[in-house]
Amino acid sequence: MAKQIVFAITILITLGVFTFTILRLISYFKFTKANFPIRDFGKRFKIMLEVAIGQTKIFRRPVIGFFHALVFWGFCVIIFGSIEMIIDGLFGVEKSLKTLGVLHNIIMASGDVFALLVAISILVFLVRRLFMHISRFEGIEMKKISHQDANIALSMILLLMLSLIGMNASYVQLKLTAGETIYGVYPVGVMLAPIFSGLTVNGLHLTYEICWWSHILLIFIFANILPYSKHFHVFMSVPNTFLTRLEPLGKLTNMDDITREVKMMLDPNATFDAPAADAPISRFGVKDVEDVSWKNYFDSLTCTECGRCTSVCPANTTGKMLSPRKIFMDLRARMKEKGPGLVKVGKDFNDNKSYLRDYISEEELWACTTCNACAQECPVNINHPTLIVDMRRYLVMEENSAPSGLKTMFSNIENNGAPWQFSPEDRLLWADNLEIKV
Amino acid sequence: METKKIEIPVMADLFARGEKPEYLFWVGCAGAFDDRYKKVTRAFAKILTHLNISYAVLGKEESCTGDPARRAGNEMLYQMQALQNIAILNGYEVKKIITICPHCFNIFKNEYTDLGGNYEVINYIQFLDKYIENGSIKLDAGMLGNTRITYHDPCYLGRGNDIYAEPRSILKKLTNDFVELERNKSFSYCCGAGGAQMFKEAEPGKKEVFIERTEEVLRSDAKIVATACPFCMTMLTDGLKYKNKEDVKNFDIAELIVQVLDL
Repeated sequence: MAKQIVFAITILITLGVFTFTILRLISYFKFTKANFPIRDFGKRFKIMLEVAIGQTKIFRRPVIGFFHALVFWGFCVIIFGSIEMIIDGLFGVEKSLKTLGVLHNIIMASGDVFALLVAISILVFLVRRLFMHISRFEGIEMKKISHQDANIALSMILLLMLSLIGMNASYVQLKLTAGETIYGVYPVGVMLAPIFSGLTVNGLHLTYEICWWSHILLIFIFANILPYSKHFHVFMSVPNTFLTRLEPLGKLTNMDDITREVKMMLDPNATFDAPAADAPISRFGVKDVEDVSWKNYFDSLTCTECGRCTSVCPANTTGKMLSPRKIFMDLRARMKEKGPGLVKVGKDFNDNKSYLRDYISEEELWACTTCNACAQECPVNINHPTLIVDMRRYLVMEENSAPSGLKTMFSNIENNGAPWQFSPEDRLLWADNLEIKV
Repeated sequence: METKKIEIPVMADLFARGEKPEYLFWVGCAGAFDDRYKKVTRAFAKILTHLNISYAVLGKEESCTGDPARRAGNEMLYQMQALQNIAILNGYEVKKIITICPHCFNIFKNEYTDLGGNYEVINYIQFLDKYIENGSIKLDAGMLGNTRITYHDPCYLGRGNDIYAEPRSILKKLTNDFVELERNKSFSYCCGAGGAQMFKEAEPGKKEVFIERTEEVLRSDAKIVATACPFCMTMLTDGLKYKNKEDVKNFDIAELIVQVLDL
């Protein structure tokens, strides 16, 4: 009974802290702008199955992608064992899902085997991070804390898996020594059980309890660390793929505010009517966090800083300042900085700083070729170029700020309908003296 | 061999005579003004004539789609261009547009739709592939034979619009020695000119993007690097010049077809 009470209190604390964190994050979303409507559920579900569950984009780097897929699929099966542990803890029972029969055997066996596979994969990741030089883990945005964040999360997952493996092995040995029925199938547990063969029934029971509590408490702690870590993608990546922008990568989003203005300019009658000309117009483009869309912010919370985007960016790989990963890391950081003030004071809160300039420089933004390699590569379907162009929109339309070459291009288009200084009269010169052999 | 002069049909003339061509051939600014790329426009116009396609160009009425302005953040200028272009296109009751430039293709296909410009938009590579597949264009691999050819994917055909198969299908009929670059299809590496980079100096860095891509082209040992975009052509041609590798040639796919067909 005491165990049940302690467990119930632990789970209440876990859920309480988690709810607090999530509600705060949700409150920040209120300050973001609308984006595409969420329709086409069938299409979205298919993308989620492929990209999240099938790990298709992770496999664009097959070797390391394989290890990540093992970890992801491992989490998917181990979670059923965790659910059983919570039921057991709350009701003071053991292996409560055993009533499922064969299905329970499958759940336990797959969780047991995957615990080992995940542990091995995590060791591979840790070795890579600690002892190998992986260029995409470096960059101006990768501070010491980013590396610590990664290593802490990996270490916690490793401990989670070791406690699970220990729990299964000691469970098997305990039941064997005590001559009781083993519920579930534990291929790795059976293999490792002899390690504990020297222990008495009491010793085995204690070992099992220590592993059980370590595992469940680590889950609770991990769940509450995640929203503050880049490993929040554990929660966010599956929904983020479901919420993928469905347009072709080449397409930019239309600015309807501008369409109204341009239509008024082109149609003189509309100008004379001047409907609602005094209505306040919101800022063009993105300067700070309240200008980004909910999807941009969702993307920023999903980013796990893997750097695949940056590693394929033509600007970054040729030594320019731009790093697509930084665009989203900085968005998340800026919202963390400004969000509390926005919640407290309201949307007019001003701390004399902004996402554009205090975090992202103009030099970074102008280096983008909009080639979409970053968006193509992102394993969780984050879209970087649209946000980069949104910041360019602010610079050009609110501040008339752009590199001189671009300003020349603008005036050429305005004056002679081409980005270069050529007369429209000359548009057919290419066709002069054109002949075909017959 | 005799030659025949090609008169390029202009939409306004046809319309005045009460004729309506099936396709509008959108030449684009590079197609009209860039000296190197004008040869691609000429090559494609020869193929259109060879195939007896019912088409016309806008000529003096054509104006920038607004793509470079839009990608540089000037949405206002883009929409001014777009709405005026749409008015002209709709005035001529245009239903189908063929583009050679992938940037024009992308903006007509994906972005003009938001402003009331709805057309069937066909990129010339898709168009050429269709006429090769149905036998109207007969390619003889003997011409280019064993010349090693590689292909640089333009971002706005490839990643932007998932057109990967058609250019490869054509090139494999033009040569027996088609090779891929190290980074190809959806992994392809930008030439460095997209997103309005074509019109500005590059930011400080340790290398130019077009040099990085040119070096990759040279590593493939191809004699010809085929492209399908005016900006990619400028960048790679410059890259080859810069590297003093003028024995490696950069041709557009339409030019290679014209060479083989000997038009």
